Amino acid sequence: MEVFWYSIIAVILAMFFILDGYDFGAGIIHLFFAKTEKDKEVIAKSAGLFWDSNEVWLVAGGGMLFMAFPTFYASVFSGFYLPLIIVLWLIIFRAIGLEFRSQFKFPMWRAIWDKSFGISSLLLALFFGMALGNVVRGVNLGGVENGISQYESQYFFLPLWNSSFSPLSETPGVIDWFTIIIGLISVLTLAIHGANWIILKTNSTINARLKSVVFYSNIGLLMLTILSLSVWQTINPNALDNFMSKPYLMVFPLLYFTGLIGLFFIKKIKKDLYPFLLSTLLILGGITSSLASLFPVILPSTNSINESLTIYNTVTSAYGLSVAFYWAIVGIILIVIYFIIQKRMMAGKIDNMDYGH
Amino acid sequence: MEDMILYDRLQFAFTITFHYIFPQLTMGLSLIIVFFKWKFLRSQVEKYNNAAKFFMKIFAINFTMGVITGIPMEFQFGTNWAKFSELTGGIIGQTLAMEGLFSFFLESSFLVLFIFGEKLMGQKLHFVTALLVFIGSWASGYFILATNAWMQHPVGYEILENGKYVLENFSALFSNPWLLPAFLHNQMGSLVTSSFVVASIGAFYLLGKSNVEYGKLFLKTGVIFGLISSLLVAFPTGDWNAKNVAKYQPASFAAMEGIFETEHAGAEIILIGQPNMVEKRLDNKIAVPNILSFLTYQDWNKQIMGMDKFPEEEIPTNVPGLYYSYHIMVGLGTIFIAIMSLAVFFLWRGRLYNFNPLLWSIMFLAPFAYIANITGWYVAELGRQPYLVYGLLKTADGISPTVSSGNTLFTLLGFVGLYFLLGVLFLILVGKTIYEGPKPEPHPQTH
Ligand code: HDD
Ligand code: HEM
Ligand code: HEM
Repeated sequence: MEVFWYSIIAVILAMFFILDGYDFGAGIIHLFFAKTEKDKEVIAKSAGLFWDSNEVWLVAGGGMLFMAFPTFYASVFSGFYLPLIIVLWLIIFRAIGLEFRSQFKFPMWRAIWDKSFGISSLLLALFFGMALGNVVRGVNLGGVENGISQYESQYFFLPLWNSSFSPLSETPGVIDWFTIIIGLISVLTLAIHGANWIILKTNSTINARLKSVVFYSNIGLLMLTILSLSVWQTINPNALDNFMSKPYLMVFPLLYFTGLIGLFFIKKIKKDLYPFLLSTLLILGGITSSLASLFPVILPSTNSINESLTIYNTVTSAYGLSVAFYWAIVGIILIVIYFIIQKRMMAGKIDNMDYGH
Repeated sequence: MEDMILYDRLQFAFTITFHYIFPQLTMGLSLIIVFFKWKFLRSQVEKYNNAAKFFMKIFAINFTMGVITGIPMEFQFGTNWAKFSELTGGIIGQTLAMEGLFSFFLESSFLVLFIFGEKLMGQKLHFVTALLVFIGSWASGYFILATNAWMQHPVGYEILENGKYVLENFSALFSNPWLLPAFLHNQMGSLVTSSFVVASIGAFYLLGKSNVEYGKLFLKTGVIFGLISSLLVAFPTGDWNAKNVAKYQPASFAAMEGIFETEHAGAEIILIGQPNMVEKRLDNKIAVPNILSFLTYQDWNKQIMGMDKFPEEEIPTNVPGLYYSYHIMVGLGTIFIAIMSLAVFFLWRGRLYNFNPLLWSIMFLAPFAYIANITGWYVAELGRQPYLVYGLLKTADGISPTVSSGNTLFTLLGFVGLYFLLGVLFLILVGKTIYEGPKPEPHPQTH
């Protein structure tokens, strides 16, 4: 049951990054590459129509985490207090940027909300990547100082950064050079994904240019990936153990590299859907590989006194999980139905669509 | 430690109060939109369809605000109330996760289709999407009230050796005697807000002599819905809630009614008076004897326990706040019934549309509906103190053990600033929509 719930939540969070990911990415592209008002409008719309239903995946994932692994939810959300609240603020700025830009025609009004949408998308992509980096790196569980725990062993509190910015320090912060690398990987990945989304959903004039943007970002992504893999071993010596002992887990990194390599051929790909599918593989593979390398740990401890949080020591009662199993199945079937209805009704390029006004 | 609890509570109170401004409109308004859409399907009069689309614009703005202020709520359980989440997550996590899965997905998927899909899918299906949005929003009210009901009156749980509360009986969460009355009362309260808003916009158009045709439609619909919901909010649902509080949280009942001392036979109902916490009595009291006993137990002489009968640590921590909130809610409820009855009477006599004094009062009534709903929640939440989960877990034992008060103060201030900005933007946008009126718009826009 623990493994089932772990997988369900992982899938929901991956869905969140795939779906909301493209509108974060659209924001990044919007910030750097959209020049004419027409393009800005179309790109904002390609995100604006969907961000709300995409963000529900985050809310649902959060709710399920709360239900199934309450100790983990409590520990992580209070431990990453400041970055999380900042993420919430950014989510707000992004949403109002998207929703409010079209309300008035003054150029200044639009400029403000465009920036609000673009910058917060960029920062959110960075923060989400750093969050993943923090989980992979581990935290000082129990707040150990000089060999003594300050809190109960499942709690911690991370400052935003410490003076050395080093992931190897006794008391790491949220931002260090390792998590920044992962954050940049996330920014590039989502920018690629967003560009592919814009190519898929719009006829904007920058589509052709976006293909080279994807191409060059992909080179950067490849280099950062190699860099992060090589430092990962020094930070967490056991990083690859799971893959050694269970070789079938290698499918996850394989997904990632399929996406990555496939995208180098973007200029030759004729169908607009395929690049989007490739960057979907990229995201899916990236998240699942990181989780698989930790499993069954969900938050490693950087000290030797307190043990890491795993799906087994943070889970709720078996009864709770088993009743939730039934309603979750029903719920997921319903969601798939809504999802299909929505995607079919809104299929095609959005600038060709007749909105019924 | 003390600061910490204070900032956590202020932050929760502030963010939830702000969040609740939006759902209380959307939940009721979605019903009124379904009503307009249904009238249009039956009569094919374009006016009703335009009315539905006009209110959908107002709905969409409120919905966006509801979503962006709701996401912080969901996360705050973990950030600020980690101990509470850890101990009770196995239970309240159930209803919160169900809310995400069963209502937010439904509402957000079909709202997009409602707003953009009218031409794509034809009128019948368009009506169905409106209906699904309505169901989604009421379902989310239901699940959040199920969560809150468990905190007010915990049921179906088991305590483990390590102090955690885990679920023992799933269906008990939904057969909780606290839930149904609270849900129905709350939904009627939200229908009050939305019908008053509809009526108020109608009155505004009539007084301003613009969009007069729509003004009449809105006013008529608003006051009829307004009268029905104002009556239902008081009786049976409000009354039923009061009986529940008397039964399950007797100390809160004494505090909200302002009863300091137990009287031997028959408790009086207090209309006016200021709690004096030092001398433990009400100043400047106006009261009617025996009514409270009758209202609560249908027995004029039944004894009701006053605060003197409870140990100090059982009594809610903020008696004056609780007492005033309750009296404001009930007082406003009474005024609502009076004004709406008068309005419906004038409507029936055909004189409402040009009876300016009444139009002015209806126009200014809408904000008071918000006040009544919010004070209602303060009654519920202050009455639950000093417990976070009634009878089980004290509020002070639920906060995050590792977050310092400096951090919470920082985020509290941040939320205050950000929400101030949101509030200003919200008013500008709603004002613009009302000013432009329910005309078919020339250019398609992202809402
Ligand atoms: C338009 C709004 C409105 C109006 C006019 C009233 N209420 Fe109310 N009341 C609410 C809106 C509300 C609410 C916001 O919906 C609450 C908060 C929690 C809940 O379930 O409903 C509430 C809570 C609430 C509670 C507290 C329950 C608890 O402690 O959890 C009681 C006892 C009443 N109500 C009783 C009444 C009575 C006797 C009214 C007579 C007129 C009344 N309310 C009018
Ligand atoms: C919109 C309606 C609501 C309003 C206006 C409201 C208001 C408040 C207020 C004023 C407080 C602070 C109480 C105090 O410090 O004395 C509070 C606390 C709290 N409320 Fe609510 N509340 C609402 C709905 C809910 C719901 C639906 C839940 C549960 C799902 C909830 C859970 C909590 C929690 C966990 C706290 C913090 C602990 C505490 O102070 O008791 N509230 N709320
Ligand atoms: C602590 C309590 C609460 C939490 C954690 C919470 C959480 C949320 C979240 C996450 C959303 C956004 C959903 C989306 O992404 O679509 C939302 C919206 C909503 N909430 Fe709350 N909420 C709380 C209190 C309430 C209360 C008291 C009510 C009403 C009784 C309510 C009713 C709604 C409704 C109807 C929506 C849909 C959006 C809207 O219509 O504005 N919520 N809430």
